[in-house]
Amino acid sequence: MGIRDRLSGNEAIANAMKQINPDVMPAFPITPSTEIPQYFSQFVANGEVDTEFVTVESEHSAMSACIGSEAAGARTITATSSAGLALMHEVLYVAASSRLPITLACVNRALTGPININADHGDSMGARDSGWIQIYSENNQEAYDNFIQAFRIGEHPDVQLPVMVCQDGFITSHGVENIELIEAEKVKGFVGDYCPQNYMLNPNETIAHGPYDSPVYYMEHKRQQLEAMKNAKEVILSIGKEFGEMSGRFYEFFESYKLEDAEVAIVVLNSTAGTAKDVVDQMRAEGKKAGLLKLRIFRPFPGEEIAEALKNVKTVAIMDRHEGFSTIGGPVFSEVRTALYDLPNPPKTISYVYGLGGRDVRTIHIESIYNELLAIKNGKDQGEAYRYLGVRE
Amino acid sequence: MDKRKTENINPQVNWKNISPGGAITQSGSADLFKTGDWRTMIPVFKEDKCKQCLLCVPVCPDSSIPVENNKRLDFDYDHCKGCGICAKVCPFGAIDFIKDEKQEG
Repeated sequence: MGIRDRLSGNEAIANAMKQINPDVMPAFPITPSTEIPQYFSQFVANGEVDTEFVTVESEHSAMSACIGSEAAGARTITATSSAGLALMHEVLYVAASSRLPITLACVNRALTGPININADHGDSMGARDSGWIQIYSENNQEAYDNFIQAFRIGEHPDVQLPVMVCQDGFITSHGVENIELIEAEKVKGFVGDYCPQNYMLNPNETIAHGPYDSPVYYMEHKRQQLEAMKNAKEVILSIGKEFGEMSGRFYEFFESYKLEDAEVAIVVLNSTAGTAKDVVDQMRAEGKKAGLLKLRIFRPFPGEEIAEALKNVKTVAIMDRHEGFSTIGGPVFSEVRTALYDLPNPPKTISYVYGLGGRDVRTIHIESIYNELLAIKNGKDQGEAYRYLGVRE
Repeated sequence: MDKRKTENINPQVNWKNISPGGAITQSGSADLFKTGDWRTMIPVFKEDKCKQCLLCVPVCPDSSIPVENNKRLDFDYDHCKGCGICAKVCPFGAIDFIKDEKQEG
């Protein structure tokens, strides 16, 4: 039986880090992820972990130090948010293409312009093409569970890719909720030791990382990197199952909530999924066939599985807490809609951009979406498919 | 085939067999690759003017001036980048430094 506690999302992540006791953590503070390295550095100071904590002068340096450390053969972690992830952007690609399974706790926050510190997925969505595996978490429990699984996924010999575990800034990171922690020994046993095939501190082998790749080789390396991302799908499922056998909490690519017979559905990730579940329950009590697909894995994108799960739904709202300025909908919308395209009778899809810069998303907002979906299902003209939720017109 | 072996990496290698992450697990492997193909200027060795002082050899950043029996040989153009340091350092005008007119294709 696990350990019952009440923790914020940041505390949950810091606790997972303590239980895993990684080799190295280079980190730079940025709201709302600051508490993660803050708590962890206390564990280091108290001798509760023997991790080497590296204070750096920027997030670009934090990720660069992670790359050097992981390449050396050390299990390496970091945490960041918003502009911090943006400053890492260049080196995120180096970590992924060098196939270094670094684990990053991303506390989602809006990117500046205008300045804002609140929940928004602009930071991690901006890093979606960097080659990192992305796992999204509804609450503190999932942030904790996902972070523990991230090591097994990223370090798997068929994958060897860095993983970022995302949670909503403040809503999850600072909101204190009940949580069931797993005994530290069990966590250590589950995660195991980091055993890289090649590493720079191996005295029996010479190795150089990050050489120049001319046009003759670059494309083959990218194709091979894609294969690793494809391989991650099977690994994510098997680790999610193994984690469930240990903890009782099973994980897949996404959670289907009352989706089996749903006529209308919402696709959303992170904390808003919790709000939406409440509305689904309420709708069901009123006899309305509403369902939810809570996306957990955004990279690799489980397109076929999503299409299978939504194939009988009539109308789907796909929600983005990010404005990508494509002018045809957010990134989650674009990819989910693409995944549905090959279905013989694809559902109608509507893009909702919501919650930007920490704008509150309440049950009444989600309810209005379900009612709109039901109206469209019942013959109302779909109208504009690219919408803003809760913006003042 | 061991994809980590640098000797297996050549312009014919496919994506399945190329080195994971581009990591190189072999010392001195630049010898196996022609790295001089982006040169625009080229040094030309004029043996008749050379006094074999060997000042050019240690200043070459790419070890592209081979030496045998205390005498320098012609340039290793597979690795020479055309930086021109050798031509600058030569006291006897034994190295010309001219535009590299490459054969197309």
